[in-house]
Amino acid sequence: MPDIPLGRWVADLIDWLLATVPWLFDAVSAVMQVLVDGLTEVLATAPPVVWIAVFTLVALVVRGPGLALYTVLAFLLVVSLELWVETMQTLALVLVAAVIATAIGVPIGILAARNHAVSVVARPVLDSMQTTPVFVYLIPAVFFFGVGVVPGVVATILFAIPPGVRLTELGIRQVDREVVEAAHAFGARPGQILREVQLPLALPSIMAGVNQVIMLALSMVVTAGLLGAAGLGAVVVRAVTQLDVASGFEGGLAVVLLAIFLDRLTAGFGQPTALSRLLRARTRRSARPVGTEAPAPRSKEPVGA
Amino acid sequence: MGGLTVTPVLRATGLTKVFGTREQEALRLASDGVGREEIHRRTGGTLAVHDVGFTVERGELFVIMGLSGSGKSTLVRLLNRLIEPSAGTVEVDGEDLRALSDADLRTLRNEKVSMVFQHFALLPHRTVRENAAYALKIRGIGAAEQRERADWALRTVGLLERADARPDQLSGGMQQRVGLARALAADSEVLLMDEPFSALDPLIRRDMQDLLVRLQTELHKTIVFITHDLNEAMRLGDRILMLKDGRTVQLGTGPEIISAPADDYVADFTSDVDRTRVLTAGDLLREPRMTARLGQSTGDVLRALGAAEANGVYVLDADQRIAGVARDDLLARALQEGRTAVGPRELVGDYATTAPDRPLVEFVHLVGHHPVPLGVVDDHGRLMGVVPRAAVLDALAAVPARRGA
Repeated sequence: MPDIPLGRWVADLIDWLLATVPWLFDAVSAVMQVLVDGLTEVLATAPPVVWIAVFTLVALVVRGPGLALYTVLAFLLVVSLELWVETMQTLALVLVAAVIATAIGVPIGILAARNHAVSVVARPVLDSMQTTPVFVYLIPAVFFFGVGVVPGVVATILFAIPPGVRLTELGIRQVDREVVEAAHAFGARPGQILREVQLPLALPSIMAGVNQVIMLALSMVVTAGLLGAAGLGAVVVRAVTQLDVASGFEGGLAVVLLAIFLDRLTAGFGQPTALSRLLRARTRRSARPVGTEAPAPRSKEPVGA
Repeated sequence: MGGLTVTPVLRATGLTKVFGTREQEALRLASDGVGREEIHRRTGGTLAVHDVGFTVERGELFVIMGLSGSGKSTLVRLLNRLIEPSAGTVEVDGEDLRALSDADLRTLRNEKVSMVFQHFALLPHRTVRENAAYALKIRGIGAAEQRERADWALRTVGLLERADARPDQLSGGMQQRVGLARALAADSEVLLMDEPFSALDPLIRRDMQDLLVRLQTELHKTIVFITHDLNEAMRLGDRILMLKDGRTVQLGTGPEIISAPADDYVADFTSDVDRTRVLTAGDLLREPRMTARLGQSTGDVLRALGAAEANGVYVLDADQRIAGVARDDLLARALQEGRTAVGPRELVGDYATTAPDRPLVEFVHLVGHHPVPLGVVDDHGRLMGVVPRAAVLDALAAVPARRGA
């Protein structure tokens, strides 16, 4: 067997990229740094009680009192563990990475749903992205961006993209064919069909994808602690290297608490929220006269009635 | 219906559709008369529709009828190019669809040809009113006019009071009314209806058929209606195209198809049809063997009756209207009493009449009780012809035996 120097080629490619477009990596690095720092600043400098109140309110509006109660208790526990700042750093990383991963993944998913070639190319790429060991993502990130927050965010973004693409494509493909056909039959343009039919009807699936993106981002962010990104990842990594079971447990618990909060909150995306259910029930009640709650009987004289 | 000078609203010529990659090869085989299965075996392609041609006149309700797999759903989608034809042309108002750019095709679909779907295909996230206004929204019409047109269409189908509901809050029949309203609001000339009532319960289906008939008498749309139910086809269709394996088997009016099925396939279908509801007095109409005129010689009429072995005869006035019936016994007495011309005194009201558009079921009980056959009269009371009892029995007995039965 000839010896194929595949590893060398990849290394050469990375060297070439670094030599050819260093400004690109500098720019990406600067933008990421600003985003993460800014969000961390906002989340971590205000007193915890302010953000706990905000999170609780959001949970109440989106999901209802159950999640609101959980939110209060979980974040108070985090405060009492003295992990508040680290948790907020992690949250900032997750949010930035998830937003960017969604912004990349959803459009690719839309393209893949509409274009067979894109779908064919995307599928094996996504497969390999999802089966690649987590740590492998760290290697190119380190090459391009060194150590610190930025490579952590970049690795997290790459790791979190696949479910966004997959569930967007799936959601659009699952939209009732006859409904899309009806849109064509009434002369809608492809853009109109995408905006007004396919995306709204695929929304629950796309939002399930966003939920998965966030969860993957959270799991990767802890691994990214290895690169020196601040936050709960750093706490856990330090605990592992120092064999500190107590702080390892506390850091892990904070991650779990945050994960449950984010998952329950975003699992509701795309479904009617508590607030919208309330509003809809109210408009229905005011729109309908009392006593006509049952479906109206079929009209017997439809023409010219 | 329109004469030769009128361009038909819809004209399909040689329409053919092959699904599969080796389209040209399949087309060649198809034109050599090779059957569907053989084509599939040789090319892997499916010959869905082959060489179908027809015209639909303005205001006509044209039914395409076939079993599942006969290609009827493909055929209707070729008519607005939702499916690209492999060969053949479709013209709407004389305009060849294949020559249209994408944008022009969208305009045509939006303004001239609307479609109603088997499973309604409503937008679940929009209200009933927004669904009804869908074509107008695409057209970019102002919100107020959209609402006005949509409300008119919903009122026409009897669903205005549910305008703010969502489709999933409505029953199937009501959802299809929305589908119909959506097509009506577009104010298009042509309506393509792809098995619109097949997914509905029989009673609701009946209601919807009535609704369509009433709409058609008011609005005179040009409709292409797809169905697999011959009774529905007979009920609604001015003309019916029978499709089998993607090819035209027979094209004609309901009574034509019933009384002269083109082959066993059609005959098999027609044996299940309630002929008494399809055949009308006009279909069974015969020239009367004899009529008499007021003032004619009593003796001549009596002799003619004897020669025809009949007991009575319709007596017409100068305008061909029925004055009454002259019975042989009364004529004989008149002759004895010296009245030589047939006058009002010899006439009795011993007859029954019907209009030519009445179905057999509505007049069958009138046949055979009088000395003269059932008279068929037009709006002015003029005798167009008669329906003898033999004609009725013949029509009812002409049920082709089911093969193997």
